[in-house]
Amino acid sequence: MSFGVVATDAGLSELEAIVMSAIVFAGSAQFSAVAILAQGGGAGAAIAAAALMNSRFLPMGVAFAPSLRGGHIKRALQGQAVVDASWALAARPDGSFDRMLLFGSSAAAYVTWVTGTTVGAVWGGALGDAHDLGVDALFPAFFLGLLLNEARSGRARGVAALGALIALVLVPVAPAGVPVLVASFAALVGLTRGARDAMLQRQEAEGEPR
Amino acid sequence: MSTGATVIIGSAVITFAIKAAGPVALGGRELPTWFTSVVVLLAPALLAALVATQALADGDKLAIGADTVGVAAGGLAAWRTGSIIACVLIAPAVTAALRAL
Repeated sequence: MSFGVVATDAGLSELEAIVMSAIVFAGSAQFSAVAILAQGGGAGAAIAAAALMNSRFLPMGVAFAPSLRGGHIKRALQGQAVVDASWALAARPDGSFDRMLLFGSSAAAYVTWVTGTTVGAVWGGALGDAHDLGVDALFPAFFLGLLLNEARSGRARGVAALGALIALVLVPVAPAGVPVLVASFAALVGLTRGARDAMLQRQEAEGEPR
Repeated sequence: MSTGATVIIGSAVITFAIKAAGPVALGGRELPTWFTSVVVLLAPALLAALVATQALADGDKLAIGADTVGVAAGGLAAWRTGSIIACVLIAPAVTAALRAL
């Protein structure tokens, strides 16, 4: 909803705001692009901001890829379903993904997102302020809840702490989106011998052939 | 083409390409163990970075606010009860209550 309000304030028409939600379907990227337009920036700068904000979908897509089957085009299309919340929800502790859970939660998110944008763009002024309702705390709380429930091993917690630290150090100096992308490099800790041994042991204990 | 239309089409095309890159390059085959051991750690790294940038920063400034306290309260609930539902209900409620003060 808030995207519809912000986008029309920034000079997009109601239809443009709705079409953007329908074909871009990436909340933070849409907000960054529109914020650049609202500040008087050009189309190139707005698209670049959206691209940087979405760069975190590169590592997310890499993680999701082994769970996909089918040809290149089919996989490219399935990859479009990745959004933060459904990706996080569908991630299993062994690194694979519950594809149907990801597609299902993304489909629900898509309907909500486009409907919300439409309501915000058309009737935005008449609605209460989402900020007053604390809606901005919803997604970080959801991600934190998943993190606390799923990152049980000391190594996963260490990587989480490192990822958060990298992101926070970069926030004041890097363009929006870059801190989260660079934080994904914390996962390279998995390349250390100890992490690989632990992984192999766990797979043997679970009887997974590899 | 208007600036708005250019931004919408440009963002849509670049988002499609970014989301397609991983699945096209790496999908549909078994990957070596070292790769999997990195992938399992991508989730905690990215989730923690999303939490940090959304709850502890406002744009390009580090900022502690009502939302930080709300998210922390939700995190405490998730940690004590293991319930994500409790977490996502408590966080906005605490944030809204602090802002209403």
